[in-house]
Amino acid sequence: MKTLKEVKIGETVTVKKVNGEGAVKRRIMDMGITRGVDVCVRKVAPLGDPVEVNVRGYELSLRKADAEQIIVE
Amino acid sequence: MSVTIALVGNPNSGKTTLFNALTGANQFVGNWPGVTVEKKEGRLKGRNDVAFMDLPGIYSLSPYTPEEVVARSYLINQRPDAILNIVDGTNIERNLYLTTQIMELGIPVVMAVNMMDVVNKNGDIINTKQLEAKLGCPVVEISALKGTNVDKAAEKAVQLAKSGAKTKPMHSFEAKVEGYLGEIESRLTEVNEDQRRFYAIKLFERDDKINVKTGVSDIVERAEKEMDDDSESIITNQRYDYITSIIKSCYKKKNNSRLSVSDKIDRIVTNRILALPIFAVVMFIVYYVSVTTVGAFVTDWTNDGLFGDGWFMFGSGREAYDAAVEEFEFSDSIIAAFEGAAAEAGVPAESAADITVGLEIYDDDGNVEVTDVDYELYMSELSKAATEPDPADYGPWVPGIPVLIENLLGVLNCADWLSSLILDGIVAGVGAVLGFVPQMLVLFIFLAFLEGCGYMARIAFIMDRIFRRFGLSGKSFIPMLIGSGCGVPGIMASRTIENERDRRMTIMTTTFIPCGAKLPIIALIAGSLFGGAGWVGASAYFVGALAIVISGIILKKTKMFEGDPAPFVMELPAYHLPTAGSVLRSMWERGWSFIKKAGTIILISTIFVWFTSNYGFANGHFGAVDELADQSILGRIGSAIAWVFTPLGWGDWRAAVAAVTGLVAKENVVGTLGILYGAEVATESGSEIWASFKNAFTVTGGGAGALAAYSFMLFNLLCAPCFAAIGAIRREMNSSKWTWFAIGYQCVFAYFVALCIFQIGRLITAGVFGAGTLAAFIIIALVAFLLVRPAKLSSKPSLEPSVN
Repeated sequence: MKTLKEVKIGETVTVKKVNGEGAVKRRIMDMGITRGVDVCVRKVAPLGDPVEVNVRGYELSLRKADAEQIIVE
Repeated sequence: MSVTIALVGNPNSGKTTLFNALTGANQFVGNWPGVTVEKKEGRLKGRNDVAFMDLPGIYSLSPYTPEEVVARSYLINQRPDAILNIVDGTNIERNLYLTTQIMELGIPVVMAVNMMDVVNKNGDIINTKQLEAKLGCPVVEISALKGTNVDKAAEKAVQLAKSGAKTKPMHSFEAKVEGYLGEIESRLTEVNEDQRRFYAIKLFERDDKINVKTGVSDIVERAEKEMDDDSESIITNQRYDYITSIIKSCYKKKNNSRLSVSDKIDRIVTNRILALPIFAVVMFIVYYVSVTTVGAFVTDWTNDGLFGDGWFMFGSGREAYDAAVEEFEFSDSIIAAFEGAAAEAGVPAESAADITVGLEIYDDDGNVEVTDVDYELYMSELSKAATEPDPADYGPWVPGIPVLIENLLGVLNCADWLSSLILDGIVAGVGAVLGFVPQMLVLFIFLAFLEGCGYMARIAFIMDRIFRRFGLSGKSFIPMLIGSGCGVPGIMASRTIENERDRRMTIMTTTFIPCGAKLPIIALIAGSLFGGAGWVGASAYFVGALAIVISGIILKKTKMFEGDPAPFVMELPAYHLPTAGSVLRSMWERGWSFIKKAGTIILISTIFVWFTSNYGFANGHFGAVDELADQSILGRIGSAIAWVFTPLGWGDWRAAVAAVTGLVAKENVVGTLGILYGAEVATESGSEIWASFKNAFTVTGGGAGALAAYSFMLFNLLCAPCFAAIGAIRREMNSSKWTWFAIGYQCVFAYFVALCIFQIGRLITAGVFGAGTLAAFIIIALVAFLLVRPAKLSSKPSLEPSVN
């Protein structure tokens, strides 16, 4: 099982499932990270966290701790 | 028939631009009750019967952020006659997610696809006819920025609102889910038919913030079991599946692998190596212009010119005038010194030929220059018969407002107490409010630009890692940076932080950073007891930064801030140049809200301090007394509370009074001490009173004068800020409870820091151990415990605004 956190920069992956619960999970999914969507990891912030991804045609930033909740393949 | 239309859309979709285009200047800006979310209402240009409500920018109608809760409770409870849903055409997929939720409300919806000019330029195609058919609501292509079709969209919405037609959601979920939703709907007999679908979905999602509480958990549990996912995710996944399916037939992206302009900018601006230097440069420019150059220039002009003696037009004549004033004052003090000495000796000054007196002149570094004044010098100065220089002789001079009012009051033969009230109370108070405005406006232009162009989101992206440890946001950097110049615009700059908890935390801690007005206090302490050592000033900034870090860690674990960490899942919007109009409008709105909301507090407090320092019981009756005399009300308050500060090493009524007048403006601390130690203070660092200050603090500090003074300095730096900043806190917190909590926390924190420094310092330097030392150790242990205790992770949603 691979999480979004482990994805290398420039790679595109498909989301399988979003773990977690409550506000954080809902927010991640509201922003379009749902089952079956393609996510491209664009870059990591200068201090190593958060990461920037491209999803559904726009740029989204999220923390690595949250990226770890996203199962991808 | 008048109608109300709600404007709903994602953040960064151009909603504010559209709102401004629709309503022009007919706007009313306020706050939603209980939260710090801005509320904007306006009337359609030229149509008094059409009201627009600009709801906060949201991504979803989920129950988690204050913005979402405010927007949906408005939509559910107030039920506008129509919704104008603005959708960013360049980011249509995610924008449609909110649209699918709005459609379920049973309110007529018109969709305005914004930024069509950009979409066309990129060569992308949005088939709006197809979209209209698929979604079941009218769709208008607009460009809010260029004003294209804006009226058409509004007109459609008005028509729809008046026709009373309903929008029926066309989209459906998977058959299985529809089955469950149908079951729930059949139980919602008490709900209006239009809204049943909305409530059914919310109940299915286990949303506990809606006002329908029909028990349906058995159905939801069955569904979750069957579909092996939680109900909220089932709905969200299927919404996006539905959007993906309609996007295929309505939207064609010109498949170019070319990077967009925004991508190119981002490659540099958030580059791993370049991001921080670029950030530093941007911050330097913001700080330099808004605090040191333009800001300081304009602030000086307002404080010393407009609300001071007056100013030279074009600045000409200033130098010559200043030199003349200095010469006059020197001559004046020679005469005063000689006459004083003569009077002491009991001889008339004109015939005191053999008297010589040393006149001490201080400079800003505390150096004393002694001039021997003898009879000859006295007579020669006297013969010059110098009169106070009139600035009007040195260039085109415009007198300040206080001078004009003073003259007017003189002409009117106004009673002394009344003119004092007007000049020292009211005019000074109004000046204190307005004095901050120009600098703030300069800063607000920057902030509006940074926000409008999209860089603000990048700041959060770059700085998040550092600040989130302290319960702050990456965007907290700007308030703190600006706060080092002046806390008032610093606090106002916290407006850019979306998350309410981060924002409150930032507001509470911003003023820990020493602002410009606190520098004279530092100079006084450093000069009088530390021989002007540079480390005193440096340590003040260090303690300020440390106070923010410690407070952040402690506060984020308290009940008021606890809960799930705020999700940092943030859109990085495409860069674009904001229009001058929108930048200026944002500047004006923020500036005006400061004047309106903070102004009253500042004015009333200034008058209060003026009154208590000039009135008191003397000789058995109440009346005017010498300013800040020990019989004045403030003097008596100082004497009454001085014991509180004894453990801090400065239990002296004069120091206590100085701390209180510091609330009017922090630089007043030095001036007040000057009055109380009986010296006319002309230098900024109060070098005239260094000696008496040192003596007084050595007495109260039990010999440890330096420690006592250092503790006095830290207390004044960290405790409640000046009234102007408190007014700004009140404005930004939008709650008296939170304002009091912030001020109380700052004072207690300042007290503890000063106590620990003084008591432990004394233990180390003099080996003194007493109750105070014990208290200091207990406080340190308590703080250490608060710092390391594990955060309580509650499963409840992070925010529970008092809106249902």
